[in-house]
Amino acid sequence: MLSISVNGKPEELDVDPAMPILWAVREQLGLTGTKFGCGIAQCGACTVHLDGQPVRSCSTPISAADGKAITTIEGIAEADGTLSKVQQAWISEQVPQCGYCQSGQIMSATALLKETPNPTDEQIDAAMKGNVCRCGMYGRIRKAIKVAAGSEPSGSQEASA
Amino acid sequence: MSDPVSEKPERSRAAKWTRRGFIGAGAIAGGALVVGVAVRSGNPVGKLKGIVAQGEGEALVNAWVKIGSDNLVTAIVPHCEMGQGANSTIAQMLADEMDVNWENVRVMDAPADGNYVSQHAVRTFVGPGTLPDRPNQVSFMEPTYDGLFTQIGKLAGAYITGGSSSVRSTGQNGMRIAGAAAREMLVASAAKEWGVPAAEITTQNATVIHAASGRSEPYSAFAAAAAEQDLPRAPRIKTVDEYKLMGTPAPRKDIPSKVDGTAIFGVDAGPEGENLRYAAVKASPVVGGAIASMDASAAKEMRGVLQILNMGDFVAVVADSYWQAQRALNTIKITYTESENDSADTATMFAGFTKALDEAGDSGGNSKADYGDAVGALADAVTKVEAEYKVPFLAHATMEPMNCTAWVRDGKCDIWTGTQVPLMARDGAAEGAGVSADDVTMHSVLLGGGFGRRLTPEYTNQAARLAKATGYPIKMIWSREEDTAQDFYRPADISRFTGGLDENGKVICWNNVHCTEDEPPEAPLVEFYDIANVSVRNAEVEWPVRLGAWRSVAHSQHGFFVESFVDELAAAAGKDPVEFRRELLKNSPRHLAVLNGAAEMAGWGSPLPEGHGRGIALARSFNSIVAEVAEVDMTGETPKVTKVYCCVDAGFAMNPDGLKAQMESGIIYGLTAAMYDEITIKDGAVEQSNFHDYKMMRMDDAPDIAVQIINGAPDNLGGAGEPGLPPAAPAVTNAIFAATGQRIRELPISKHFA
Repeated sequence: MLSISVNGKPEELDVDPAMPILWAVREQLGLTGTKFGCGIAQCGACTVHLDGQPVRSCSTPISAADGKAITTIEGIAEADGTLSKVQQAWISEQVPQCGYCQSGQIMSATALLKETPNPTDEQIDAAMKGNVCRCGMYGRIRKAIKVAAGSEPSGSQEASA
Repeated sequence: MSDPVSEKPERSRAAKWTRRGFIGAGAIAGGALVVGVAVRSGNPVGKLKGIVAQGEGEALVNAWVKIGSDNLVTAIVPHCEMGQGANSTIAQMLADEMDVNWENVRVMDAPADGNYVSQHAVRTFVGPGTLPDRPNQVSFMEPTYDGLFTQIGKLAGAYITGGSSSVRSTGQNGMRIAGAAAREMLVASAAKEWGVPAAEITTQNATVIHAASGRSEPYSAFAAAAAEQDLPRAPRIKTVDEYKLMGTPAPRKDIPSKVDGTAIFGVDAGPEGENLRYAAVKASPVVGGAIASMDASAAKEMRGVLQILNMGDFVAVVADSYWQAQRALNTIKITYTESENDSADTATMFAGFTKALDEAGDSGGNSKADYGDAVGALADAVTKVEAEYKVPFLAHATMEPMNCTAWVRDGKCDIWTGTQVPLMARDGAAEGAGVSADDVTMHSVLLGGGFGRRLTPEYTNQAARLAKATGYPIKMIWSREEDTAQDFYRPADISRFTGGLDENGKVICWNNVHCTEDEPPEAPLVEFYDIANVSVRNAEVEWPVRLGAWRSVAHSQHGFFVESFVDELAAAAGKDPVEFRRELLKNSPRHLAVLNGAAEMAGWGSPLPEGHGRGIALARSFNSIVAEVAEVDMTGETPKVTKVYCCVDAGFAMNPDGLKAQMESGIIYGLTAAMYDEITIKDGAVEQSNFHDYKMMRMDDAPDIAVQIINGAPDNLGGAGEPGLPPAAPAVTNAIFAATGQRIRELPISKHFA
């Protein structure tokens, strides 16, 4: 039996300790916002936070989370439901296309901004290059990170209109 | 009965426009007609109503749009949302015509029900009594009445999302007319209720207003009565100067759910409260191969494994968890039956291409375009230019691997899956489950990318067979490796050109032969360039792999071929690539404006740092024209694309931010393939398997992209999802040539810098 805090809630999980976090949260806990993309830590769609650090949940066994805290996309809004600054910026910059990779993108960006509140382009590259967006919304992701950081004003829509 | 339209001063012009619109709608937006007429009194509206009207107090005005008692207006959209944002945009078009504010609009996927789209549906819902006993109804479609049946029947789904068609067909010809019709029916209802002339009633923000008497009511007050109204003869469509929502960057309706984890994709969906079982599958890696034998001795001992099935054409492991199923499947030793494709490999296939092209020569093969005398004119050329280009197979690599959840019981089948063709997917599931198509319920979900891959939904058949064989509700998920191995690939191709220039460097002839069938047929054509003698042909070849539609389809190859060769002709003429194209575009003003737009954005001609270069390319696809200038930095070990300037004319940008996003997306998709990717075949099987050997462009390699929009033809809309892609590769290879003199004639570019 594993004891894990998931999005602030204590959970007891009776699963194969080798099961990746990805499948434990999706199938056992019904938290389907975390996505399967490649299974080999190449695409970042499965990114969650383990004690605040971004990890690829498809390649991290649930046993590694025993006694620790997992945060998924479902758990980063404020307690009252207010979206996080990163989530709000993702909406204001109209980032998602298909949206499948965006949980992972948002988790990577959230971790980046926690460590580096005002990241340079190089720091954004380094933190985000593990997350593939097949719809190619990299420019919008970069912009949204800067908007969330407060270093750039919102406005992709005005710029294009 | 009063005819509100007849009092409109612009009736005749509007009616003419509408007639044209509906003629176009017959092919793709067939649903518009079916559901539009569904509101006719006496029509079998009941069945449709049960499908789309859910809440208490919801009245079906017509099946493109419903109005709730809360005055929320739901647009029922016959396309799948796979990222292109078109569902939101076509709802925007409906809302504008209907005079509904964006905040009051909801979007709902049309159910995958034949009543929306099939020929049977048209006959059932449109046919009976439409003509001649109710001649004032839908009379604008009379000229194409018979044609519509044929066209709709031919289309494997009017319910199809592909061909960058949503906005320009469904939106323009279906949604706008439906919105205008709905508004007029509401006005007519209010006029009757209030006893005032319809012409005195105005509408705004989902409200009907009679200013003279100071009365106003929300649309919902008249929704039920409107549903009893005759469908207007020719609903008046707004002119561009009247647009309120159209042409604005209204925020997409689907985005909020995509930032908080609540968006439901196929892989997330399934029956509520049921004990799902999970399946991992593996089919023969060689086309035509089947399962000969398997040794599952290790797998059946593994935790969570419930069943191991030899399904003939694939092996499946069913377990309590997908991870357990896949892990067990990976231990099974499978042997495959022999296939005629066992020895297929890419090199042999390309050798076959070369042979076919040699045989076609300068005038053989299937003619795609033939005007002037391309062969004869070459004799007069002062300069002859020849070039051969080559592109590989490509996989779609949607972020969400193929998957399908199926549940078969009591002669019924439920399917949860992302597909671009729900009706085809439904039919495949029906066959797999052994039930009739009417007994299959398709549950609508988001698609984690489509790009053409989800136009071939064979996975619904596979999942339905598994569900039937096991009795469980089954969630089948393909591994990334299976997804890469079992794709329907963008065809590889070799394309040969011979061109001639006169003494002034003007192109006098263009002769091209290539191997792929061209879908759409205009993909290899260059009619917008001023060249008098043109021959375009293809040579038939054999394919050892499955082929499919890949974003921008044949434009993805020919954009590279054509614009590379134009660049080579410019170089041979000693002319600047932009100036050279300007001369070729003298009879194509919209193309020229787009070319000039991109060149201006990029500061074409201004100095660049040492080792950097600029290249331009132009393509028209899906009725949109796009030019792109790429800047490359060649000072490192491998080329780096630093900037892409994109100018697009899609007729009119219904949602400018949506169009811009689609250009950005198409450019990155095209650059990913151009820079890194090829699918190769060895011993009949695909050699690539996952993102380590089929690379994706990432944040650190993605260029800055700037997009400028020209609204060059407001009544002649173009697509958005695909047209950004075709110019991306040649813009980069032309830039590499400008920087280094190295002409890249084979993709991917990375091959030349290994």
